[in-house]
Amino acid sequence: MALKPETVTGLGRVLVVVYAILALAATARSVYQIIAKFDEAPLAYSLSALAGVVYIVATAALVSKGEAARRVAKAAISFELVGVLGVGTLSLVVPSLFAHNSVWSYFGMGYLFIPLLLPILGLLWLSLDSRGRAGVSE
Amino acid sequence: MIEWFAWVQIVVALISAVVCIVQFARKTGPNDITLGLTILIGIGLIVQIIIAAIAPAFGNTATGDPLEFWMYLISAALLPFAAAFWALVDRGRWSNLVLSVVALSVAVMVYRMLFIWTIQVA
Repeated sequence: MALKPETVTGLGRVLVVVYAILALAATARSVYQIIAKFDEAPLAYSLSALAGVVYIVATAALVSKGEAARRVAKAAISFELVGVLGVGTLSLVVPSLFAHNSVWSYFGMGYLFIPLLLPILGLLWLSLDSRGRAGVSE
Repeated sequence: MIEWFAWVQIVVALISAVVCIVQFARKTGPNDITLGLTILIGIGLIVQIIIAAIAPAFGNTATGDPLEFWMYLISAALLPFAAAFWALVDRGRWSNLVLSVVALSVAVMVYRMLFIWTIQVA
């Protein structure tokens, strides 16, 4: 894909913002779930908290520059993809354990499936960015 | 929560989301219109905080969990100001897309708040 460097940078900024909002949403929700009703579904709500933390890590890594940050971003985003597919499937197969509102239940349906799309877009962007990096000054 | 006020907020946020994405498509950076609408959303949320704080004293209480409601409200209220700050730092066209994303998120969050306040049972 021949995208202009400005486009890659701009897309990256929007991606960071969407990640930041999702990090806020997932973390705030899991804090609430853990305060208010942890004993209802300890496993699902622990995963919810983990998801929130991973989104924070991904956001921070996407903002940071350097090769180490890119690797962290790639790892965090891959983990999200595994998480949303795994928990999404489990919420359908083992509803008693996983059918509680979390960012990954039902493949992120409660968040308009954004948690399912975002890691794919994130990985795509990382590969675009590594190719265009030489030409981007900031 | 005053129901009609929440709906006004949702409509304003959706209008803002559309206006910002149109400005993005026209390749313009953040301007008075897109920043103004974003700040308007922010002011609306501050008013919402005041309404939600005093409404229970007048017998208008949430059917759902107030803690959950407040977490949404505080998170939502931070977003437009953070986004406006972002748009002041980065004056490129992509900032308008950022403002649009934030406006859309606020619309969804206000809808969630309305649901917690009026329908959800804790």
